Amino acid sequence: MTGAIRLRAKRRRGHLRAYVHGKEMAVVADRSAAIKPGAILLLSTVRNERVRLPYFMRYYRDLGVDHFLFVDNASDDGTREYLAEQPDVSIWTTPASYKAAHFGVDWLSHLQRRFAHGHWCLTVDVDEFLVYPFCETRPLRALTDWLDASAVRSFSAMLLDMYPKGPVQARPYHEGQNPFEIAQWFDSGNYTIHRNPGSGNLWIQGGPRARMFFHNQPLNAPALNKIPLVNWHRSYAYVSSTHMLLPRGLNLVFDEWGGEKTSGCLLHAKFLDTFAVKAAEEMTRGQHYAESQEYIAYQAALSTQPDMWCKFSEKYINWRQLEILGLMSKGNWA
Amino acid sequence: MSIGFVMLCHTALDRAAEVARHWAERDCPVVIHVDKRVTRPACDSLVATLADLGNVRFSGRYACEWGTWGIVAATQTAATVMLRDFPKVRHVYLASGSCLPLRPLAELKAYLDSRPRVDFIESVTTEDVGWTIGGLDVERFTLRFPFSWRKQRGLFDAYVKLQRRFGFRRKVPPGLAPHLGSQWWCLTRQTLSAILEDPDRAATDRYFRRVWIPDESYFQTMVRRFSTNVESRSLTLSKFDFQGKPHIFYDDHLQLLRRSDCFVARKIWPQAGKLYQTFLHGEAAGQAAAEPNPGKIDRLFAKAVERRVKGRPGLYMQSRMPNENWENGRTAAAYSVFEGFSELFENFEAWLGKVAGTRAHGHLFAPDRVEFAGGEVVFSGALSDSAAMRDYAPKSFLSSLIWNTRGERQCFQFGPGDQQEISWFISGDPNAQVSVISGAWAIPLFHSNQNFSDIRREAARLQKIEAEHLAVLRTPWTKARVRIWTLAEFVENPMEPLQSIIDEISPRAMRRLTEAPRLADLKGFGQFLQNLRNQGMQPVLMGDFPTGEDPTPAASRRGRPYLVK
Repeated sequence: MTGAIRLRAKRRRGHLRAYVHGKEMAVVADRSAAIKPGAILLLSTVRNERVRLPYFMRYYRDLGVDHFLFVDNASDDGTREYLAEQPDVSIWTTPASYKAAHFGVDWLSHLQRRFAHGHWCLTVDVDEFLVYPFCETRPLRALTDWLDASAVRSFSAMLLDMYPKGPVQARPYHEGQNPFEIAQWFDSGNYTIHRNPGSGNLWIQGGPRARMFFHNQPLNAPALNKIPLVNWHRSYAYVSSTHMLLPRGLNLVFDEWGGEKTSGCLLHAKFLDTFAVKAAEEMTRGQHYAESQEYIAYQAALSTQPDMWCKFSEKYINWRQLEILGLMSKGNWA
Repeated sequence: MSIGFVMLCHTALDRAAEVARHWAERDCPVVIHVDKRVTRPACDSLVATLADLGNVRFSGRYACEWGTWGIVAATQTAATVMLRDFPKVRHVYLASGSCLPLRPLAELKAYLDSRPRVDFIESVTTEDVGWTIGGLDVERFTLRFPFSWRKQRGLFDAYVKLQRRFGFRRKVPPGLAPHLGSQWWCLTRQTLSAILEDPDRAATDRYFRRVWIPDESYFQTMVRRFSTNVESRSLTLSKFDFQGKPHIFYDDHLQLLRRSDCFVARKIWPQAGKLYQTFLHGEAAGQAAAEPNPGKIDRLFAKAVERRVKGRPGLYMQSRMPNENWENGRTAAAYSVFEGFSELFENFEAWLGKVAGTRAHGHLFAPDRVEFAGGEVVFSGALSDSAAMRDYAPKSFLSSLIWNTRGERQCFQFGPGDQQEISWFISGDPNAQVSVISGAWAIPLFHSNQNFSDIRREAARLQKIEAEHLAVLRTPWTKARVRIWTLAEFVENPMEPLQSIIDEISPRAMRRLTEAPRLADLKGFGQFLQNLRNQGMQPVLMGDFPTGEDPTPAASRRGRPYLVK
């Protein structure tokens, strides 16, 4: 019982932080009046992502996202201007600290509380691409309608790190290009799962980052569990990026009695040539999770131009492949 | 004009209108019931859309909450309008707003014309239904259900419990034999009018008003009273999943639906534009006179439900994380654990891989690194050979390895020198075949060049660990196939145990072992054990090695060309 009270307090604190940090943001373009009832929303924080944005926007428009809500964190590469021009985008900007705003969670929380109530709401980074069962033939709306009919409120999509064959810097990424033409490979079966007893979510680690950069300290390997798609209610709150939600019931995206619930994957296009630049910048900014120790590990390893590819790497084909490999599941959606 | 459609609509009215138009334009009258909860303007616009069609009627509106009487009342009213306004209609087909005709109407007409007296309605006695959700079948008819299942779930369950506790029973009216079945039927005018004009109808309706989910039982029961020819199946393809909600069809089901030869399917996703386009405007003639054959679709949905309920054995992932002992298979496939074999035999792994045709790893749980077969630094699924990563989550490591290599049997060595945390997991896994030569860890010590006091200390440590491990393997909860020999037993006759292990690994090979692995040199081993004893340590796990008398394997009885020396 005290646990429940503690978590409720935590959720309330999240809402308070959202309120406080919401004041840091200035509106650049607000088209939120165009959000119709039942519209599917996408929320994201961006910082100098100009080159990635055209493909990102196209990908999610094709899936059927109706409106995009962005928070720009002091970009200086034209990201803000590009997004402000898009007809289905509302964007806010802030020069404040990403770290102080709980790595952007507070900013997005603020927008969620204002705009996402009653909407299916997809919270992703610009390098994350949602893949779900039947995504080639069924739009996102088909999934959310089905989840509604099944009385499911949240949808799990594990982060799947994609990487190129050869050094990360070898093939430059061009604007508008599908990043998975370069980063085609992934690790299919080296993931570890722990249960987080407090908030009921799973804690998944592994993949190439753990294999390459954290093999001596697996405890510190980045978390890969994500719950990016939620039928939002104003009382909900993301706690730590999109890894964990409150109230706890939203984290129960897995079956405990042997069955499989429906789930997807977030293909993670982190390991492109843009990554080295990011990692170097991050070293000086120190704005990332856990004292940026993830980036410190990358920086050390990247100086030797490592190849993340190994002969047991799997080449990405489609969602069915991920389903067969057991990384995601159709559940009872047929 | 032999067939009329009654449509119950509550959402996606534009799609319902499209389907209604399809039927009406092909000279089949349609009576539409719009749920009372639909807003006035939405309903008016539906009426306006279909205003140009002379054979479309709208019937009095009821609120159709799931599981309540409203749906039956709506059906009765609409069916009455149909029979009254369209005297030429012979069969009345009950459909919903999310139904879609899959075959040309002419084929359905022809089908019904050749069966003019047949009522198509799934109608099964309560004892025989296996699909009711929540365990209510007979009790649907004998208890009272004044509370909404959806909105007042607590009260609903409590009231059911209360009635059960006190043995309360409603009496089923005489002459009624409760039957259940799919809500979607196609009845003849004769049968339907007999039900609607039944002089006892008021009493019957009063009874069914309090029956749970009457839309699945009212007509199904009444038809048994009046029909002369019941064909107990629905002409509508409608499948339900394990929660009792209908499966939904999407554009990618097009081929499947086409080949099903069913007349009408539900439920169609309103935005499945390709399905509506193809089936409403295509007029592609199917195989005339073919019987509906939903077998393929049945299998697809049955598989989906199985995936949801049982999942894939041995898989642990983001949406499948079974509690302990609910795994439905701890690992994905059978595997073998060898303990003491690589100590007793020279090059045992190479021999095993060759003889059994499997992947033979070294000590996967060795303290310094994972000894994958062939000395690989990564293995299937990109598993790392890092001991730290393996020890961080040993169960994940082993279950991933077995999952990643489905189709190829994995064998690995294990021993008291390895990380022991995995012991419980293996012993409780029916997929594990564990073969132990206890005490064989002493052989490398025997051959080692250490000081005897160090050897003695190490022997004591290993013996303690192995004894604990053997205790785990011998608990009553062990589900693995466990075989344990002492070193002395095994050395006496190594071929028979080896043969039986290999037979179990590759049962189809069924050949005798012609080549045995080479035994390690044991000359003086008995004395070595005696020396340990003399130093105060009691080696017990090896069995009985007499001092001075070196073990020799029993001579082969049948004179096969064994190479054991």
